[in-house]
Amino acid sequence: MQLYIRPEYEVIRNEARCIVCRVCERQCANEVHSFDPETGLMRADESKCVNCHRCVSLCPTHALKIVKTDDTYRENANWEAQTINEVYRQANTGGVLLSSMGNPKPYPVFWDKLLINASQVTNPPIDPLREPMETQLYLGKRTIKVERDEKGLIKDTLPPQLKLSVPVMFSAMSYGSISYNAHESLARAAEELGTYYNTGEGGLHSDFYKYGRHTIVQVASGRFGVHKEYLETAAAIEIKMGQGAKPGIGGHLPGGKISEDVSKTRMIPQGVDAISPAPHHDIYSIEDLKQLVDSLKEATEYKKPIIVKIAAVHNAAAIASGIARSGADIIAIDGFRGGTGAAPTRIRDNVGIPIEMALAQIDERLRAEGIRDNVSIVAGGSVRSSADVVKAIALGADACYIGTAALLALGCHLCRSCHTGKCNWGIATQRPDLVKRLNPDLGYKRLVNLVTAWKHEIEEMMGGMGINSLEALRGNRLMLRGIGLTDTELRLLGVRYAGESL
Amino acid sequence: MKINAEELHYTALNAAVRQSGEDIEIFGCVGQRYLGAGLAERKIVVHGTPGNALGAYLNGAELIVCGNVQEATGDTMNGGVIEVHGSAGDATGYAMRGGKIFIEDDVGYRCGIHMKAYLSHRPAIVIGGRAGSFLGEYQAGGTIIVLGGHKDGKPIVGNFCGTGMHGGEILLRCDALDAALPAQVRAERIEGPGSEEAISLVKEWCTRFKRDEAPYLEATYYRLTPNAENPYRQMYTPN
Amino acid sequence: MREGHFRNPSGCAVAAVIDRGGNKLTGESMISAIEVMHDRSNGLGGGFAGYGIYPHFKDVYAFHLFFDTQRAQEETEAFLKRHFEIVYCSEIQTRKLPSVKNEPVIFRYFLAPLPIKLSNSHLDEREYVARCVIKINSVIDGAHVFSSGKNMGIFKGVGYPEDIGRFYRLDEYEGYAWTCHGRYPTNTPGWWGGAHPFGLLDLSVVHNGEISSYDANRRYMEMFGYKCTLQTDTEVIAYIIDYLVRRQRLTLEEVSHVIAASFWSTIERKEEPARSQETLLRRMFPSLLVTGPFSIIVGYSCGIMGLCDRLKLRSMICAEKGDRAYISSEESAIRRIEPSLDRLYSPAGGEAVIYELYDRGGQA
Repeated sequence: MQLYIRPEYEVIRNEARCIVCRVCERQCANEVHSFDPETGLMRADESKCVNCHRCVSLCPTHALKIVKTDDTYRENANWEAQTINEVYRQANTGGVLLSSMGNPKPYPVFWDKLLINASQVTNPPIDPLREPMETQLYLGKRTIKVERDEKGLIKDTLPPQLKLSVPVMFSAMSYGSISYNAHESLARAAEELGTYYNTGEGGLHSDFYKYGRHTIVQVASGRFGVHKEYLETAAAIEIKMGQGAKPGIGGHLPGGKISEDVSKTRMIPQGVDAISPAPHHDIYSIEDLKQLVDSLKEATEYKKPIIVKIAAVHNAAAIASGIARSGADIIAIDGFRGGTGAAPTRIRDNVGIPIEMALAQIDERLRAEGIRDNVSIVAGGSVRSSADVVKAIALGADACYIGTAALLALGCHLCRSCHTGKCNWGIATQRPDLVKRLNPDLGYKRLVNLVTAWKHEIEEMMGGMGINSLEALRGNRLMLRGIGLTDTELRLLGVRYAGESL
Repeated sequence: MKINAEELHYTALNAAVRQSGEDIEIFGCVGQRYLGAGLAERKIVVHGTPGNALGAYLNGAELIVCGNVQEATGDTMNGGVIEVHGSAGDATGYAMRGGKIFIEDDVGYRCGIHMKAYLSHRPAIVIGGRAGSFLGEYQAGGTIIVLGGHKDGKPIVGNFCGTGMHGGEILLRCDALDAALPAQVRAERIEGPGSEEAISLVKEWCTRFKRDEAPYLEATYYRLTPNAENPYRQMYTPN
Repeated sequence: MREGHFRNPSGCAVAAVIDRGGNKLTGESMISAIEVMHDRSNGLGGGFAGYGIYPHFKDVYAFHLFFDTQRAQEETEAFLKRHFEIVYCSEIQTRKLPSVKNEPVIFRYFLAPLPIKLSNSHLDEREYVARCVIKINSVIDGAHVFSSGKNMGIFKGVGYPEDIGRFYRLDEYEGYAWTCHGRYPTNTPGWWGGAHPFGLLDLSVVHNGEISSYDANRRYMEMFGYKCTLQTDTEVIAYIIDYLVRRQRLTLEEVSHVIAASFWSTIERKEEPARSQETLLRRMFPSLLVTGPFSIIVGYSCGIMGLCDRLKLRSMICAEKGDRAYISSEESAIRRIEPSLDRLYSPAGGEAVIYELYDRGGQA
């Protein structure tokens, strides 16, 4: 029911270019376009348009464009059109507003207020194309006491770790929230790149067990698809405590999205809602987390690192300190701009804190307590470019998770309508006719391209700083300077202002 | 094989269990966690009080405990049997997908929470005594039976039974339903446990704990299922 | 502003000599060696470390201190009396030179830890002493311990190294090993504590080059109770070596595989057990990899070690003549004091050159 709400976009069709091939009509799962036999022209119902750009991209004659409507309510800086429309929507339906993908509000992006250093004179920059440059790293616990065997050699007493050839992994997106083809693309790309993708909380499709060595499996509160073989197949196990887009909120995959295949993977009947409770009901306190961590280690005979993923919230540093003492090997922090397949709008847009602040504070707290080696830190929740990755690592992250950027590589146009299940790009949908639009042979290649390009850029920036190993960048905050930040923000990020010399 | 667990840390005890290929009897168990985690076959008899998460991810083995068990017994269990000659703590059978748990006496809070069924995986929990609050919360499948054999005069189940339930069934053996159910749960009064599956579960409980079947089979039950006419719906508005 | 209030990267000259037979030589030879490399310094810092120079007090800790104020000295002496028996103390004798200005008050204390204090601390003796040094340097304003080993001493200040050597009358000291340093800082702090060598217990480090991993290394080391109060590369490198050798019990060669680790691709091609041992060391101590240019000379009671960064971005030359062994930034400095050498070579990047007393000074 769209009473009172004018469509946000206008579909502009250049009739002189339109050849009435009806591609737009066939491509739009939202049924915006239709053919009018009386006039022989194409028509558009803009109230259904989500501005996903599928029709624009595929129109063979470039006859289409989608523009923001210039129709306007009476201007009001306090009551913007979006705000007014949301009130209308709720008055129309009585429902909780539901949105997708990351927080679109104009909150400060601290990545964009951090500047990276480069060497001049006193030490040399490095050309990464021609000189050695290392982006390989290991994730996991490093607390060690040097022990030697009878020959005096140092014994390998390190707990299991994950080896990454690049500090970027694909973050958790469940099969169900995204399609089979999207999962296949992620899995194959992770394998080729020497990194990992994450099943999310929807289980692991039997076809993808063969990518297990590059798979992180998730154990969320719903425990969907969690069983011995699932745990054993994986390279690591991630306990999902929270998600940046919806801290404190569980998940709900409506029965309509539980197709036969999704049902098999989640191990729940077809058509039945898949509900992930807000908490793990065996974790009501920090010592219970230790219990879940240890039970997973017991079940997998101490062969897999355990990741604990939390949403970045106000008390993240103290929570992380508790996690670092829980036996977990890796902490994943998800910032409040991270994406989601569906979240209540108010939660997505108002709950949580930026990843930059959470990361800086967690790294600092763990160091202050002398337990930084207990865990590796993975930062996610809107890491948009290689520069963000470099800044995250300099702030103290071991590696980053990317979700939205990976989906963009697969063709996502950030229309933020995943919750409708009608993704025209074949990503956030289970409709077979839409899923097949995403060709995993091309999709995986695009992911490989993206991460490979980022790797080159990371190397360029490291080289500029005279650093030839990622290890020497981690937590190296003197390589960052702030710009346009308050004293408090600088203090929390642990960086100096641009122009402040060494 | 017999193991004396008195001085053993859980990692050592569990490693010993994993390494042994035979049936095991454990004596003097006190607080060792994760016993039988993920185990696929064999029978383990435990004397004492095992620690939390007994039989987590259990995958087919049979665990028999002579004594009480603590919290999160059968957490994310996939198959097998847990038989407890005593009572169980909170969150028994959390997110259980398959296998059976038989408890001779009572269970704590949140028993069978988020239990789910899938094809041949039909999880079941049969409780001889009473259950605490939030029994079958978020239940998505499987069967929970509370036989109400307790003698402390308290109600057969605590508050908020079946909150968020959207699949499966709960059977309560009682003459009158003394519980406030959420609107999304439907209760029907039946004579006997109902389905063949439920009857066989009750019989198995009786066999395992050596009880006469008659009072349990010939009794009034309340059968709780999700209320198809009143589901959790219409909560969201696309934005 | 002074050292510690900002980060001060410097270019430099380093040199060292050891007589592996334990025969003594005076500080004068080191002075003439470093003088050859005059143009690698800019008069803003120089210093020396001599080993075997206090044979009469070889069983107690020799603390060298700078005091800016009388109050700082009083506070420090009160602290020392609470934690140590002061076996002997005096002002360090110096020779006034027009080129060496603004010197602080410079004192030397020979100290033995108070047995009761030591046992109550549940620390081993060296850790106890190290913590006292870190405490004085981070807490007492105007006091700075710049040498704290047994039977060794560091002498340093603001000026050209040859002037500093003569100021401290090093021609009157005899030791079996000497290291020295001429500094070319990019800032002009004029604070004596900022000069090198940097030392903790009997470990001393001289260093050339500006490392790019500084803050990654510093923030890691501060987890273990070290306080990088000077904010110099040398300080953090010294702490890393102290941590790995004294607390993690690595050998110096293993230390070189941590701080100047081979590239993964190089390690892959090595034979066992080197391959797995070096892989393990990198996985255990990734935050202690030091990147960017550096050449260091480490002095310790058994010997000296020279090490360059893994890309070999700084020069280093090693030489031998009989029992004597030399390490220097430039060959000319060695030739000055020993024109005819048995052997001369430049170590590869990341290759530790270790020269020790034949009897390791009686230590295992």
